[in-house]
Amino acid sequence: MDLRKRLLLLAALGAALPATAQEKFIVVASTTSTEQSGLFGHILPAFQKKTGIQVRVVALGTGQALDLARRGDADVVFVHARSAEEKFLAEGHGVKRFPVMYNDFVLIGPKSDPAKVAGGKDILEALKKIKSASAPFVSRGDRSGTHIAELDLWKLAGIDIAKDKGPWYKDTGQGMGPALNTAQAMNAYILSDRGTWISFKNRGDLVIEVEGDKRLFNQYGVMLVNPVKHPNVKKDLGQAFVDWVISPEGQKAIAEYKIGREQLFFPNAGTPGA
Amino acid sequence: MRNGAILPLHLDDVSFAAGGRTILSRISLEIEAGPSTIILGANGAGKSVLMRLMHGLLAPSSGRIGWTAPEQPGAPRKQAMVFQRPVLLRRSAQANVAYALKVAGVGEPQRGTLVREALESVGLAHLAHRPARVLSGGEQQRLALARAWALHPEVLFLDEPTASLDPSATREIESVIRAFDAAGTKIVMATHNLGQARRLGDEILFLDQGRLVERAPVGQFFSKPQSAQATAFIKGELPWT
Amino acid sequence: MLEALTTALALLAGFDAKLVEIVLLSLRVSLSAVGIAALLGFPLGAAIAVGRFPGRRTLIVFLNALMGLPPVVVGLLVYLLLSRAGPLGDLGILFTPSAMVIAQTVLILPIIAALSRQAIEDAWHEYEEQLRSLGADRASAALTLLWDTRFSLLTTVLAGFGRAAAEVGAVMIVGGNIDGVTRVMTTTIALETSKGDLPLALGLGIILIAIVIAVNAAAYLTKELAQRRYG
Repeated sequence: MDLRKRLLLLAALGAALPATAQEKFIVVASTTSTEQSGLFGHILPAFQKKTGIQVRVVALGTGQALDLARRGDADVVFVHARSAEEKFLAEGHGVKRFPVMYNDFVLIGPKSDPAKVAGGKDILEALKKIKSASAPFVSRGDRSGTHIAELDLWKLAGIDIAKDKGPWYKDTGQGMGPALNTAQAMNAYILSDRGTWISFKNRGDLVIEVEGDKRLFNQYGVMLVNPVKHPNVKKDLGQAFVDWVISPEGQKAIAEYKIGREQLFFPNAGTPGA
Repeated sequence: MRNGAILPLHLDDVSFAAGGRTILSRISLEIEAGPSTIILGANGAGKSVLMRLMHGLLAPSSGRIGWTAPEQPGAPRKQAMVFQRPVLLRRSAQANVAYALKVAGVGEPQRGTLVREALESVGLAHLAHRPARVLSGGEQQRLALARAWALHPEVLFLDEPTASLDPSATREIESVIRAFDAAGTKIVMATHNLGQARRLGDEILFLDQGRLVERAPVGQFFSKPQSAQATAFIKGELPWT
Repeated sequence: MLEALTTALALLAGFDAKLVEIVLLSLRVSLSAVGIAALLGFPLGAAIAVGRFPGRRTLIVFLNALMGLPPVVVGLLVYLLLSRAGPLGDLGILFTPSAMVIAQTVLILPIIAALSRQAIEDAWHEYEEQLRSLGADRASAALTLLWDTRFSLLTTVLAGFGRAAAEVGAVMIVGGNIDGVTRVMTTTIALETSKGDLPLALGLGIILIAIVIAVNAAAYLTKELAQRRYG
């Protein structure tokens, strides 16, 4: 390859390299529902202003986010599926889990309400009614925190959903937004986190049917990926993020995030057993 | 005659077969310097294949072809060929001639001089900067001739160079060929056109169905053909083609 | 819908900062990928076009088949390479624009190599006798043909760019769709649409379609112009 071509190749590569190669940054693996709620857009600039650290959020389902961290491709995980997080810790991939905040799930459904669950305060009753009415129900099916919560609720309601599901149960394998789109198109019931629902614009005939049941609370945890197991983890920068998010300053930023006038996330760092 | 002259060219019992068919059969001949040689024959007689064998684009299936002095790899070629349809690059006329010289290893400023001379010799100097592929058919063929002749080869092969051209373009090409012949280049030309053979040739090699049937000086060939095939060919062709 | 469209047009007209950032990143990534793919693909295509070696026909079929590589599959393969758990993990370029450039280069390299191979081989059929007659060896013939088919090759480059700019699967996986860092037109459209938030998605969709149309128009005009000027 003559000199001119060599220079062209270098220039092309140089143009492609991020100009921000010198910036301090960490990769946080989180969930699509958290990102789409807009929370990060609100709290991360405050963190960056204070510490100069850029937080790059890769948003996947909870299962995939944890798998990403297992491969060492993230510095911090910020998800909401306690059992999966505990497993992650037990495997040695995380240092310590800190509760951060909670939001809640809501049962969304069509205005026509074929299963007659509207206004109820008991999510398990609602699920039983949906099953016996064979009303269309959209599941995320993607090992996300929401999906795991949904599966736990079926179990609590005494239903073995893997065995007893019928054509009314749509296992889509999608993120929260696309799943809501699907539910809107099919006029189906769906379990959603409140944050995504509030910012979801394509509602069609869907409304909140059931909310407020304590079993619908959704706890978030944050963990630094174990630098012993994954030496490339930026442990100081990552720890700074973990510390900030559970600090009074970070917790205040979380509480201040509102859509319209509604607060989406309720900080509860330091709550024992959360 | 230059040192290391490649002529005469010897063909020794050369045959060529392709696709299961024998196209040329046991041709033995010598091409000597001097008189312009016309390879004459009907379409399908094997003229084009014979030209390509002599020029070196094809290898014989059996038999041997050899020049008197071997070509040096890397040195400018001492023989050139012009095809029935000129193949020109997407460049200007003069760039096409320059390309041939560059391939042959000729550097500046010689190259510029040779290009100019070549274009002048075929009367295309005024079109030097025109993109070659927008030239007319006759102009393109003249350019191909200029390109072939730019290195002053010892032998110039021409495979039916005017078969695709109209009569006035044909006349232009023929006058260029005559000029090259007069300048000392050995002309070996294939054609099926009797009139052209008579106008340009000093000797005729007559091919029929892959065999060399007759070889004679041009006057003798046309007045007293020795073979039945040549006689039939001369009679069968219309006098003005 | 109409409201979303008017908001979209307002974003476009006002050169909304976010929108501009996303468009520029998309162009940077896809143009870089096309540049590298051309540098690698043209010589490869030329070499296969004029070369003669055992297995050549199999290689051509394979190369043509690779043109249809699904972008998500390319994304997955490049991700496995660049992941910390993978062989090139220490480079640390996963979730950066560089990873996206690499993935798109892998995606369009077969297109550029296969299409240029076809163009150059067609030209080789036309030129082979003449070039050999002039004494050119295969290597210099390949270079000559690369230049002579330059207009067809430009069309090839435009085809590659169109494919890169329009794909979402590869850049989503290796880029992570990180806000402000690896978010490009296609991944943003996917994200905003899934959020049910249409104005930005529509605005970017309009730009993307405009780019695709422009690229195709450029390809057509190139051929026209070349034909008229150079024959």
